[in-house]
Amino acid sequence: MKQAILITSHHHPFKTSATRHFPCISEVRPYAGGLQTTGFSMTTAVSFSKVSRHFGTVRAVDDVDLSIAEGEFFAMLGPSGSGKTTCLRLIAGFEQPTAGHIEIFGTKVENVPPYRRNVNTVFQDYALFPHMNIIDNVAYGLMIQGMGKTERHAAANEALELVALPGYGDRRPGQLSGGQRQRVALARALVNKPKVLLLDEPLGALDLKLREQMQEELKTLQRKLGITFVFVTHDQGEALSMADRVAVFNDGKIQQIGSPQDIYQRPQSRFVADFVGSSNVLEPAFVKQLTGTESYASLRPEAIRIGQPDGHSATVIGSSYLGGTTRVGLALGDMRINALIPADQAVPENGTTVQINWQADELHLMGGKP
Amino acid sequence: MRSDGKTRAPFTLKAAAGLGLAFMHLPIALIFVYAFTTEDKSYQWPPPGFTLKWLEVTWNRPDVWDALKLSLQTATISTLIAMVLGTLCAAAVSRTKFFGRETISLLVILPIALPGIITGIALRSAFSIADIPFSIWTIILGHATFCVVVVYNNAVARFRRTSGSLVEASMDLGANSFQTFRHVILPNIGTALLAGGMLAFALSFDEVIVTTFTAGQQSTLPIWMLEELVRPRQRPVTNVVAMVVVLVTILPILAAYYLTRDGDQVAGSGK
Repeated sequence: MKQAILITSHHHPFKTSATRHFPCISEVRPYAGGLQTTGFSMTTAVSFSKVSRHFGTVRAVDDVDLSIAEGEFFAMLGPSGSGKTTCLRLIAGFEQPTAGHIEIFGTKVENVPPYRRNVNTVFQDYALFPHMNIIDNVAYGLMIQGMGKTERHAAANEALELVALPGYGDRRPGQLSGGQRQRVALARALVNKPKVLLLDEPLGALDLKLREQMQEELKTLQRKLGITFVFVTHDQGEALSMADRVAVFNDGKIQQIGSPQDIYQRPQSRFVADFVGSSNVLEPAFVKQLTGTESYASLRPEAIRIGQPDGHSATVIGSSYLGGTTRVGLALGDMRINALIPADQAVPENGTTVQINWQADELHLMGGKP
Repeated sequence: MRSDGKTRAPFTLKAAAGLGLAFMHLPIALIFVYAFTTEDKSYQWPPPGFTLKWLEVTWNRPDVWDALKLSLQTATISTLIAMVLGTLCAAAVSRTKFFGRETISLLVILPIALPGIITGIALRSAFSIADIPFSIWTIILGHATFCVVVVYNNAVARFRRTSGSLVEASMDLGANSFQTFRHVILPNIGTALLAGGMLAFALSFDEVIVTTFTAGQQSTLPIWMLEELVRPRQRPVTNVVAMVVVLVTILPILAAYYLTRDGDQVAGSGK
């Protein structure tokens, strides 16, 4: 514990008031699109090897392998109960694996309690201390480290500036809006300069407009600070728009792991195709006619073009107006599929037969996995 | 509470309410009056005269002081025991899930639901089977059984209203269990504990039934008063003591009432 404090305070830029804690925009390293194009250091921030967490007969996390690079924005995506939050709590130290090993920056953390891990969490319900004002909330971690009052308040104020809440120090958590509390929770975690920041559905309680704004800000902040972010969400749009890499969870297992483009355009299983943006899944028999391979295949709704001179005959079975686009339900043989067409395009009547087609490379075989 | 008078109660209802309150509280006022009467053999109304001499007489009676001391000791120690055990139990029941949790929750509350006489008889026979001699400690044990309930009830309600992730957040920010207790848990449940503790103290201070069964030769203040009532000599001394008991018990109860009322605002902003 002593050593941990020494190390953190030594690296703690708040100690030297001359240098700013957080690099300003000009220092931000250029963003690289994904792991494949490099841009991340080769250091592994968090790694799971064959990690399981079972609660009785419930396999919350089941044999998960995973490696998160330093500086990466990593999203864990999945429906509720899929094991993504348990994975986050395993990293934070609130849960212990029933099997397997977790390493944080190369150190096995099985017996390291949460308060000795250089990892901080932004909780889903923010978990701000109701009996403290905002400045003491943010400075809590520094107070525990034994930093003096003036110093830690200066550091907390700087962190509040970073999340665009300067001058809010004297208020109580109850006096702030949901979005503001979310920012305070973020400041309270970041002020400790964690090596990994864990975010547990941090935007879930915000309204749509605020959520989109915060997505943008979080992404900017992450690039600016270069801290590894591990972000848990059930919102596929959020995961795709923010993360460098996404792990899709279901039933305690990782279904697919890859860049947002990978996950969205080349889902490897029916679950991923379904969960990440409602891809159409085509039956093996139909796919065999087209490609000669008997396999399930995924087809994005927006790749389907309606009203073509040649193609497949499909019957229109419904349509719904979505604003920028219209979703058209089609019966293609025995299959029910959806197409997304631009809102300015004429919507065919229900019951009419239309010709549909798509570019051959839009069809992605999913191998043996149904 | 309302003073805008939009829903004005009829006079008869007001009178009935006033009479009811008077019926409850006038007898207590009578006790106060008799503490100053000049007549000491029977309770004669109206008192033939008023005097302060019973205050002095009471002050000089060593048996009063012994009883008061025993009562204060008993109430203080059983309240402290109750605060530690009640808080621990409340934390376990509200924070974790384990086999038999509901049963434990019920068993802890049971002593206050049981008639005191049953608790008393049960404890008395248990003490004699175990060959434990009656002393102040047997009284304290008896009192602690129902004091724990009061503290537990207050603490468990507060624990349920405070978000469980606060403890995790504190740990996450580097605080160990002790620091988390000091900086996060205690400030959040503090007023509930104080209120529970004061109620427990008041309960213990005027308890008669359980004490009768668990005390040996000692008399707590309420027991002493009961004994004193059968003696026709220096009756106003009992009234002076009664007055003191009312004052000693009413203050913590009032304080507990105000503290828990404010506590709603303290703990309500958990999220």
